[in-house]
Amino acid sequence: MLMIRRDLVDAMVGHARRDHPDEACGVVAGPVGSDRPERLIEMINAERSPTFYRFDAAEQLRVWRAMDAADEEPVVIYHSHTATEAYPSRTDTSYASQPDAHYVLVSTRDPDTHELRSYRIIDGAVTEEPVEVVESYMFSHTGADDVPDAP
Amino acid sequence: MAVTVSVPTILRTHTGGEKSVDASGSTVAEVIEDLDSRHSGIKGRLVKDGSLHRFINVYVNDEDVRFAGGLAAAVHDGDNVTILPAVAGGCAGW
Repeated sequence: MLMIRRDLVDAMVGHARRDHPDEACGVVAGPVGSDRPERLIEMINAERSPTFYRFDAAEQLRVWRAMDAADEEPVVIYHSHTATEAYPSRTDTSYASQPDAHYVLVSTRDPDTHELRSYRIIDGAVTEEPVEVVESYMFSHTGADDVPDAP
Repeated sequence: MAVTVSVPTILRTHTGGEKSVDASGSTVAEVIEDLDSRHSGIKGRLVKDGSLHRFINVYVNDEDVRFAGGLAAAVHDGDNVTILPAVAGGCAGW
């Protein structure tokens, strides 16, 4: 299951709407091992395409180094589908390289409502998982290591 | 040339879980050969048909080797070689 704060969901959807009809993509980083998405980073889609995305390689290195330095990892990797449903394509599954990440898809094909779904993609196998949107992790049942949100 | 190689999570099965390993070579290709001799199978994840796999990014220090000769890119003593799988996908393919 993916538990994620509402403001992060709003930010992902806002990014996807802004870049529509091109695919938008980004990362939500969180503390290593926490499974708690906290810091959203909008990434450049180097392909600037309505049917494909790829993180810009130079930007990815900077962002990954910053995560490493902060003991963070990519908890969520998100992108949008602008004309199809929020389900991973064959392209998505064949390039998925982060078995620990939640792959979030936002579909912006409908101008009024969005569709947001989350998947695990491991060795090309796609498993959909439920998404629980919360106001704050502080009051959610995330286990004994629960800590307040960063200011 | 002795270099340090940063290994992404998905390839750490080849390095016994290590995120950073030592290797030697004067080009990216030689570094990968040397890596493969110590961490069997890693080359097959990085190189396809004699060139870097399209969805693997390799950097020497901060430089994407794609713009520096690919596998022929030079490495120097003390350099850091970073391997990162590209993050890519999209709706094409359906």
